[in-house]
Amino acid sequence: MVSRAEEARRLAEAVPDPEIPVLTAGDLGLVREVAEEGGRLVVRLTPTYSGCPASEAIRRDVEAALAGGGFADAVVETCLAPAWTTDWMSEEGKAKLAAYGIAPPTRGAATCPHCGGAAVEELSRFGSTPCKALWRCLGCREPFERFKCL
Amino acid sequence: MADALTAAYALRLGDDALILSHRLSEWVGHGPELEEDIALANTALDLLGQARLLLSHAGDREGAGRDEDALAYGRDVLDFSNLLLVEQPNGDFAQTMVRQFLFDAYAIELWPRLSASCDEGLAGIAGKAVKEAAYHVEQSSAWVVRMGDGTKESHARAQAGLDALWPYAGEIFESDRVETALAEKGVAVASSELRAPWHARVEAVLHEAGLTPPKGAGVRLGGRQGRHSEHLGRMLAEFQFMQRAYPGAEW
Repeated sequence: MVSRAEEARRLAEAVPDPEIPVLTAGDLGLVREVAEEGGRLVVRLTPTYSGCPASEAIRRDVEAALAGGGFADAVVETCLAPAWTTDWMSEEGKAKLAAYGIAPPTRGAATCPHCGGAAVEELSRFGSTPCKALWRCLGCREPFERFKCL
Repeated sequence: MADALTAAYALRLGDDALILSHRLSEWVGHGPELEEDIALANTALDLLGQARLLLSHAGDREGAGRDEDALAYGRDVLDFSNLLLVEQPNGDFAQTMVRQFLFDAYAIELWPRLSASCDEGLAGIAGKAVKEAAYHVEQSSAWVVRMGDGTKESHARAQAGLDALWPYAGEIFESDRVETALAEKGVAVASSELRAPWHARVEAVLHEAGLTPPKGAGVRLGGRQGRHSEHLGRMLAEFQFMQRAYPGAEW
């Protein structure tokens, strides 16, 4: 028997990221808590970067997924502390990112997501979204994005 | 629970982030290189996120029903309490990066201390902001060194930016009644604590860059009390135009 909280967590964690649709809210570690409090279901999400516009979209999508799954009364709240870190990204999420062509956040050296080469260099510390930086591979000469470690 | 002091404190920190974010956003489409255009926009976005959290928190603590939008778009220039530094015009890229560095060197000292605030909301916002500020200060320090220690032209521009902005840096360390009362309660950070670490970092970077602060420059104050330079009103005229012309408009 799956509890209401477990079912709600499953629905919330399955919501895809609008910018990087191969990743789900669960892969990113955004669903911090799902709890029954005083008869209502509360889902707590954490934003990645303070200003990431995807955070709002994810919140709306989670609300819609919960409502569609029979949790019309669920409340979605934002929790800031502890602050999100890329350490919360699942191993499965990191593998999906690499397969998608984005180097996952690793504390060690980056490798090219296209050819796996280790000879890579940073072009810019910033990228097309707050969570990524621009890199290129010196082996296959392809540019790529790398998820920043936070 | 309404708490006017904490509301005022969150508001001033939010105003710093909001106004600097808007200044940086003025660069979008005008950056010297695509990568720097993106970097400026990303930094602006981080600051905007911090501003939204801080203004929302200020509205909550104020308890008068004002949300982040009401505070951002519905106040007049005299009600803004940001540092004069952040409202100064962009000038050229060198001046923008010097302004960013002087601010980032402050933010990187403020946020770790504020993350220990006994106000949970401020502590949570600070805990997120510290990670973003660490990234920003690396970027702005690197540019200050690169331009200061670069060509004759880049050095002259960076030095001119520093000469213009240095008088505004002193305001960072001014305490007032709001801050002092909150610092005693463990809510706020006493700005005077930040002076020594700020100077240590700034002097090290300026030394590496071959730049020197102007001698005998005075300290310009007033931003925290709403006495702004002529530049803020003009910026707000643009920033607030839509909501003033069409109150409550959404899209």
